[in-house]
Amino acid sequence: MNTTIMLFLVQDGITNGAIYALLGLALVLVFAVTRVILIPQGEFVTYGALTYASLAAGQMPGTAKLALALGIGAFAFDLFVARKALHGRLILRSAVTNIVLPAIVLALTVYFAGQKPPVAVSIALSLVIVAMIGLYLYRVAFQPLAHTSVLVLLIASVGVHLALQGLGLLFFGAEGQRGPAVLSGAFTAGALRFTGQSLTVYGITIAFIVGLWLFFGLTLYGKALRATAVNRLGARLVGIRTTLSGQIAFLLASVIGALSGIMIVPITTLYYDSGFLIGLKGFVAAIIGGLVSYPLTAVAALVVGLVEAFSSFYASNYKEVIVFMLLIPVLLLRSLAAPAVEEEKD
Amino acid sequence: MQSRLPIIVFAALMAAIPFVPGMPPFWIVLLDNIGLAALVAMGLVLLTGVGGLTSFGQAAFVGFGAYTTAVLSTAYGLSPWLTLPLSLVVSGSLAVLLGLITVRLSGHYLPLGTLAWGLGLFYLFSKLEFLGRNDGISAIPPLSIGTFKMLSPGSIYYAIWVAVIVSALLTMNLLDSRTGRAIRALRRGHVAAEAFGVHTPRAKLLVFIHAAVLAGLSGWLYAHLQRAVNPTPFGAQAGIEYLFIAVVGGAGYVWGGVLGAAIVVVLKEVLQSYLPLILPGSGQVETIVFGIMLVALLQLAPGGLWPWLMSFLPEPTRGKKPDTSLKLAQRTRSPGQSSVLLQVDKARKQFGGVVAVNNVSFDVQAREIVALIGPNGAGKSTTFNLITGVLSATSGSISVLGRKVDKAPPQEIVKLGISRTFQHVKLVPDMTVLENVAIGAHLRGHSGPIASMLRLDRTDEAKLLAEAARQIERVGLTEQMHQLAGSLSLGQQRIVEIARALCVDPMLLLLDEPAAGLRHMEKQQLAKLLRDLRDGGMSVLLVEHDMGFVMNLADRIVVLDFGTKIAEGSPATIKTNPEVIKAYLGVAA
Repeated sequence: MNTTIMLFLVQDGITNGAIYALLGLALVLVFAVTRVILIPQGEFVTYGALTYASLAAGQMPGTAKLALALGIGAFAFDLFVARKALHGRLILRSAVTNIVLPAIVLALTVYFAGQKPPVAVSIALSLVIVAMIGLYLYRVAFQPLAHTSVLVLLIASVGVHLALQGLGLLFFGAEGQRGPAVLSGAFTAGALRFTGQSLTVYGITIAFIVGLWLFFGLTLYGKALRATAVNRLGARLVGIRTTLSGQIAFLLASVIGALSGIMIVPITTLYYDSGFLIGLKGFVAAIIGGLVSYPLTAVAALVVGLVEAFSSFYASNYKEVIVFMLLIPVLLLRSLAAPAVEEEKD
Repeated sequence: MQSRLPIIVFAALMAAIPFVPGMPPFWIVLLDNIGLAALVAMGLVLLTGVGGLTSFGQAAFVGFGAYTTAVLSTAYGLSPWLTLPLSLVVSGSLAVLLGLITVRLSGHYLPLGTLAWGLGLFYLFSKLEFLGRNDGISAIPPLSIGTFKMLSPGSIYYAIWVAVIVSALLTMNLLDSRTGRAIRALRRGHVAAEAFGVHTPRAKLLVFIHAAVLAGLSGWLYAHLQRAVNPTPFGAQAGIEYLFIAVVGGAGYVWGGVLGAAIVVVLKEVLQSYLPLILPGSGQVETIVFGIMLVALLQLAPGGLWPWLMSFLPEPTRGKKPDTSLKLAQRTRSPGQSSVLLQVDKARKQFGGVVAVNNVSFDVQAREIVALIGPNGAGKSTTFNLITGVLSATSGSISVLGRKVDKAPPQEIVKLGISRTFQHVKLVPDMTVLENVAIGAHLRGHSGPIASMLRLDRTDEAKLLAEAARQIERVGLTEQMHQLAGSLSLGQQRIVEIARALCVDPMLLLLDEPAAGLRHMEKQQLAKLLRDLRDGGMSVLLVEHDMGFVMNLADRIVVLDFGTKIAEGSPATIKTNPEVIKAYLGVAA
């Protein structure tokens, strides 16, 4: 292997690794706050990517309708829970966030889809649509299960993944799609060629990591989320609404997922079911980071990206085997380093 | 012991189904698939629902079973009956290998670790040349008895359901035994189980192997039902599906696995065949509906459907009282043995910069009640943990009957005749009082898992239960013997812990705040019990905050404050000791 190929593989690995890092961060965030292992994270990726690609191609994405449908579901759940003490303001607030908002977005989507919107509009619409899906999904599927065990939440997460993947096929068809580059143009430095797209990936990843760090370190909501992650009951006792924390976590995760999708889809063709495997690799990174540490997760994601790039060059048949088996020694080390603490489950 | 009648009825019903006139052959195919999934789910019930070890990797073990028989019966022409044990051995031994790595993983790492190797093995199946890569292996011979070949789904039906029912019986036998109690205690953390001699890593590995062998059996049957294998049914999706079969059915119940398999297989089939009629044209509608129904089901019955169904049946009559005339061998106590039972010499425990126990020395003599008192945070419970091997001392030594036991694990300490209770009650809430107490006698039984499955452990088991019943009677909880431990009041649960500790046949009983949560009368009964035990030759070391209780009971008192021993002596001298008064009440008093 010569240096050019190696540099190329490194570049490829870092670009993919950056995406895995973002997904890993989202998984860590959601798990810490809600104890949900977010398998549908992959669907947020494909939904974001394919909504963006559809809009750019002048097609109407079905995801906008899904957001409205889920919003109506969330509204119904809100009313049902509050049925004993219904009052005007509560109904109004729930209706605005759950029905009026997605309805406006749906109208905008219908309006723009007909006339090939500029890239920025497509991105903004895709992000908002997927963000709403994430938010309502938490309300409808996970909030009623918030008190149950990690296992039950996990199975529910699998159910949501299946439903969303099926819906993905319905909305986008079995054909793969590619979207237009977010930032076109390229320049060369030595043997390497940097595209505007890969620079966007690096830039956004770094911005997000810094952003999350500031959010958790400096803002009251960020601190509330961290408090919820450490101890739900304790957080509630000091007046933090744990459902709000869960909603914020899902909102962030879906935005991160959609953004990752929008960044990959100009580089790689994505299919309705591509998200699962991409999400799983983010997952590998998150686990290596111990489901708690953000910087460690980011570093681990880069390692996963690099290992993947190099193994696809040397042993492309065993690429997936190598990436997933990478986990075992890491898990083993982690377990041995931090001996089991007595935990009261259920 | 549950009645066998419902199982016999169920078996008879299943045997009769193929003879029902007009039974569509397709239903038999469905039942075959249900049986195959039920076998895997049953293993997961034991592993995940009972043992608390979540695994996504079970599909890989089904794959090992299926590929073993596929390769051996096609490439080497072995008879399927010969490959059966080989399939099980391959699944079982790979479970040992993977288990040794994975079972050590704690908390959430475990399920994720299984997901990782589940995925890795799936890709391995689809890449290896001798397993036929993505195409797999076809033309696998059918099962046959003499000249009768099980070619149709209807003929292999019996093989599958005999396997399911026999496996269910063996699994239930295992759960209702000495080993089973150890397994059922796993989910509640390992400290309590290990304090009574349970080797928790070994118990975890055991359930892991059990689940893998059941999965391997399912794979073997699958290979001979389909007569072809390819990697698809052994992937991560399948692994996840088996897990939700178990959860939907009720992850803590053997029959929940079977029920879950029935629900999921039938639901998928119904959705696949009828949904396109209602909503024609669009692709994967059944997956969407299936996913939504799964979430809805969990929201309605998070514990699974089996316990939900069972709650409609009348409360099962609880087991009868064990025959207490059966006796276990007692610990030999030589009268000439040294009168110092426990010697703590300059024991020190540091957690980072915090000195929890600071060079504490004291001893416990034979036939003596010693109380360890001190304000909150004085290091009393840490001292208990040092003595029982839960923590190891930073320096200093602890000896039992003159033998140093500094580095001994809890399982070894309990063998020496030291048993304990916990400050925060550590019982298994969904086991009966009798079963919880019987865990205390774990080391006094010897039947292994195989003997338990085959019910060869009954005389041993009867003795263990008799001992447990005797100790329950001794602490005065006979009335509650068959109630679930979780349904008792906190005070009663503490007494159950004492009965469990007595089952060890201890020389020294360590009680961590036994009187907390007891009413006045109950405290008096407890004090009488402890005096009786002492007069019977046992020693007691107790931590307690109720001064009235301690002063009337203890022969000697050791006072700790901030990890340091500040006084030791008879109750009368301790009461007037100025240091002690200062520690408890401040300087001015």
